[in-house]
Amino acid sequence: MADKDKGLLLDIRNLRMEATAYPPDGPPHDIVIVDDVSLTLKRGKVLGLIGESGAGKSTIGLSSMGYGRGGVRITGGEVILNGRDILKGGSRQLRKLRGKEVCYVAQSAAAAFNPAHRLMDQVIEAALVHGVASREEARKRAVVLFEKLGLPDPGGIGERYPHQVSGGQLQRAMTAMALCPEPDLIVFDEPTTALDVTTQIDVLAAIKEAIRETGVAALYITHDLAVVAQVSDDIMVLRNGQTVEVGETAQIIHEPREDYTRALVSVRSIEHKEKKPAPKPLLSVDGVTAAYGGRGGVAVLKNVSLQLSPGQTLAVVGESGSGKSTLARVITGLLPPYEGEVHFAGRQLAPALAQRSRDDLRELQMIYQMADVAMNPRQTVRNIIGRPLEFYFGMRGAEKERRLAELLDEIEMGEGFADRYPAELSGGQKQRVCIARALAAKPQLIICDEVTSALDPLVADGILKLLLNLQKIENVAYLFITHDLATVRAIADSIAVMYQGEVVRYGTKSEVLSPPFDDYTDLLLSSVPEMEIGWLEKAIASRRMESAGN
Amino acid sequence: MKAILKLVAQRIALGLLLLLAVSVVIFAGTQILPGDVAQSILGQSATPQALENLRRELGLNDPAYIRYFRWLAGIVQGDLGTALSNGQDIATQLGKRLGNTLFLAGVAAIVSVPLAILLGLLAVRYRNRWPDKLISAVTLASISLPEFFIGYLLIYFVAVQLGWFTSVSTVYEGMTIGQRLNAVALPAATLTLVVLAHMMRMTRAAILNVMQSAYIETAELKGISAFDIIRKHAFPNAIAPIVNVVMLNLAYLVVGVVVVEVVFVYPGMGQYLVDHVAKRDVPVVQACGLIFAAVYISLNIIADVVAIISNPRLRHPK
Amino acid sequence: MNLSRIPISAWIGIILTSAFAFVAVFAQVIAPYGEGQIVGGLWEPMSAKYWLGTDNLGRDLLSRMIFGAQTTLFIAAAATALSFCTGSVLGFTAAVIGGWIDQALSRFVDLLMSIPTLIFALVILAVLPANTLTLILVMGLLDSTRVYRLSRAVAVDINVMDFVEAAKLRGEGHRWVIFREILPNALSPLVAELGLRFIFMVLFLSALSFLGLGVQPPEADWGGIVKENKEGIVFGIPAALIPAGTIAALAISVNLVADWILNRTTDLKGGRGG
Repeated sequence: MADKDKGLLLDIRNLRMEATAYPPDGPPHDIVIVDDVSLTLKRGKVLGLIGESGAGKSTIGLSSMGYGRGGVRITGGEVILNGRDILKGGSRQLRKLRGKEVCYVAQSAAAAFNPAHRLMDQVIEAALVHGVASREEARKRAVVLFEKLGLPDPGGIGERYPHQVSGGQLQRAMTAMALCPEPDLIVFDEPTTALDVTTQIDVLAAIKEAIRETGVAALYITHDLAVVAQVSDDIMVLRNGQTVEVGETAQIIHEPREDYTRALVSVRSIEHKEKKPAPKPLLSVDGVTAAYGGRGGVAVLKNVSLQLSPGQTLAVVGESGSGKSTLARVITGLLPPYEGEVHFAGRQLAPALAQRSRDDLRELQMIYQMADVAMNPRQTVRNIIGRPLEFYFGMRGAEKERRLAELLDEIEMGEGFADRYPAELSGGQKQRVCIARALAAKPQLIICDEVTSALDPLVADGILKLLLNLQKIENVAYLFITHDLATVRAIADSIAVMYQGEVVRYGTKSEVLSPPFDDYTDLLLSSVPEMEIGWLEKAIASRRMESAGN
Repeated sequence: MKAILKLVAQRIALGLLLLLAVSVVIFAGTQILPGDVAQSILGQSATPQALENLRRELGLNDPAYIRYFRWLAGIVQGDLGTALSNGQDIATQLGKRLGNTLFLAGVAAIVSVPLAILLGLLAVRYRNRWPDKLISAVTLASISLPEFFIGYLLIYFVAVQLGWFTSVSTVYEGMTIGQRLNAVALPAATLTLVVLAHMMRMTRAAILNVMQSAYIETAELKGISAFDIIRKHAFPNAIAPIVNVVMLNLAYLVVGVVVVEVVFVYPGMGQYLVDHVAKRDVPVVQACGLIFAAVYISLNIIADVVAIISNPRLRHPK
Repeated sequence: MNLSRIPISAWIGIILTSAFAFVAVFAQVIAPYGEGQIVGGLWEPMSAKYWLGTDNLGRDLLSRMIFGAQTTLFIAAAATALSFCTGSVLGFTAAVIGGWIDQALSRFVDLLMSIPTLIFALVILAVLPANTLTLILVMGLLDSTRVYRLSRAVAVDINVMDFVEAAKLRGEGHRWVIFREILPNALSPLVAELGLRFIFMVLFLSALSFLGLGVQPPEADWGGIVKENKEGIVFGIPAALIPAGTIAALAISVNLVADWILNRTTDLKGGRGG
């Protein structure tokens, strides 16, 4: 394969894709998903498609297989693969090409594998259906691929069922499934997005290595510019179904031409000067141990101690299952700990919510990850923000309206939004309203639980800037729970790294982020992709060195 | 494999336990009112002495729980008691009728289940096109139709106007299987119509649910033919939900039988139960209620067991 | 709400349902003859005098149908109301309070639902006196198990949502949480279910009356009218088909309305429906 000529493999010309929208009240109408997009891909090359959700990147990727997901239709343009327009061939021709010339790797391998069949049967299925290899050959090929992709027990893992292997392993198996029929092109659709960051790096390295060795061409779709910079030769930036900019990876990262690309590249460059800890902390968590299902349950927090100074930000970082969200539940009183205490503004907080005074509740507010379920869909923005004003301060009438206008102004939204329902707001606007609801209580501390993870990078950036700004004005402290180290770098004054229910590292931002590191923090920090070509190789190499040294 | 056997055994044990609890509820349901069986037999004008004698004879002076256990012990040994209205042994009377009812329900099931699954598949195949819309409109109408309406419509048009079948479904000893089938044609058709639309709609939903899974898309993107996708990728995952749908509707069919038997004057258990409710013949009502509930519960157990067996996560634990 | 956005099918449902309700309420005024009044011969055909003909005893069928509408709709409505009040109050309570109350109620409901409703009703009716109150109680209470399951499930789903947690963290009491946060979001599915339960009640009552165990003659209800006239069918007299068809028509109309309400229910996750 590797010695195939480096000619043109895929040539998409003026692609237009549409879908029909069925609004609940109104006639159905067509909406344009992809508008006049053209791209070319040479054999053995990797093109990264990058953009926010709704940019049309997955849709374009699937068009190379002549496939439209969920009623999306190709309504214009040409998709020329290996010299012929695949849109002219009809469904029989398309079927011959799918799984033979082009293969697909989905975001969630856990859902993309059929739970009823063994991995091996699914991995070799396409090769058998298209007659690319005999069963014996295909099985041999699959075992080789399993080994190449770093799966444990390459000879035996194929006999397992999808639910018997981990998410990272499934993603590798899915890559093996795509490689098995030796296609000319693979479409990778956010293959590492659903994985924890420490798993992502290994899978990413495995995919890159497999692409290099087999010489297959690829469309690599992701929303993470730092990830795509590691694997692709060229990058295409998309927005709202249109092309923003195309160029070599180095050019896009170092000299972006368009404003939008520049914004994407600079997303993680918020400047925030770290503040020194105050002598008296606002929040102090002392030796907290907690478990779901009471004392007999499995402890999700083990002897956790932390402090947060007034008007500062403490970032709690960890992967899924680290106990960081449970910590928030303990502080808010939703989950009383069975050991340890929580002190707030010099007084001890009652362990359970029901025993806390109204002032305790007021001074400690919370903002959630999913803004759209954090607001009652049957209440207007006025009622959502107005309720804490009534509840805590007894505000009514003109006084309440005045304060409401002030709050809307603080979150950079006009008074015109007051009568809207949550469903009529965009994702970013929803999160802003949640921030205003928290601010309405005039709190000293706001717990932010992954507040930017569900948002597109540019919107998330806006929310972070708003939070920092509000901190300056209102002198409010944040306990910021996140899995994203870039966010932590951007806003934290101090950091706690959590792993399996324990705080493994805690201190000011500069302390935590400078060596010497403990093993886990090192692994975590070195796993976060950086916007730098060749970062992946460096990271993997240094990891190999370390494990060799041990 | 052991884990699965254990789960299946657990499910069946749970079903038996449930049946035991149901027997308590049914027995208790007939004890709500102070009046008793002796009063029902002898009527309002009976002398206190006659009542007292009969009560002693029937053991009605014992506390309720003792009578319950006596009743339960009888059932376990196959003794369903004696009918008050005619003094005959209930088990003997029921035997033939239960057979008739199961025959009728069986014929209806054999026709309706494959038909419903086929039409459900058709609705999925032509989703949002006219066959699908027609099916969903018919479903809406048919869940609104009382069983006796369908039954009398059939009698009026097919039996009376066209004269194809008799309007009364008599069955007797020594009928050939063909005669029997001819006799139950109309009631079976009624039952089929009653459950068909519902079963079709639920089958459609179950298959659609599977067809919208990401692994079906994966199969499509491997270039596998539509038929093979359904056979190899959708079917193994759709078995459990479809069996569930079928069992749910068969359970519904068992209840629908009661009304349909009365419409067609068919000598089955439903007719028998209704007659004896009107006569306030409590022992018969208890026995019939328990048998209906047992059939209903068994169908649910079968659905659950199939779901357990067809679940790969349970068949191949980590 | 914009009236022109209501689909035709829903309009048909609304108009027919209202018409039935109107007839039921004003039966005494509308009916040309009395409920039990014998006016002519047996099973006279439809005529200008007797629009729907006469029944098995020579009573005016139209008048029987009109009075039957009153009885049928009243009993079904009362049973639905009983079923809803009992079921939703218990369901919401179980969901919000949880713990052993939830466990006990839910297991008991599981047990009741493992007996087919019609069969259980027959068992109980075998010992209870045959009157309207008994019917309403038996039908309403047996059916409340379904309402319980639905309202509990809906409330449990809403109860774990972040906006309810936010209200609890604010310090709001049980009353605010149930009535201001959960109830407004549970209303649409419950209202649609109300329609379906009502249909079920009409069918249930009709089945019982048809079997001779529901409303007792000479009082008229639709299922009972079917029973009275069923012998005529074999002689080619369609009198029994009229009440049977009317039951179907009412059920379909209510279904059309319920279907529309269910469809326009905007789900909790929103979506940008302006």
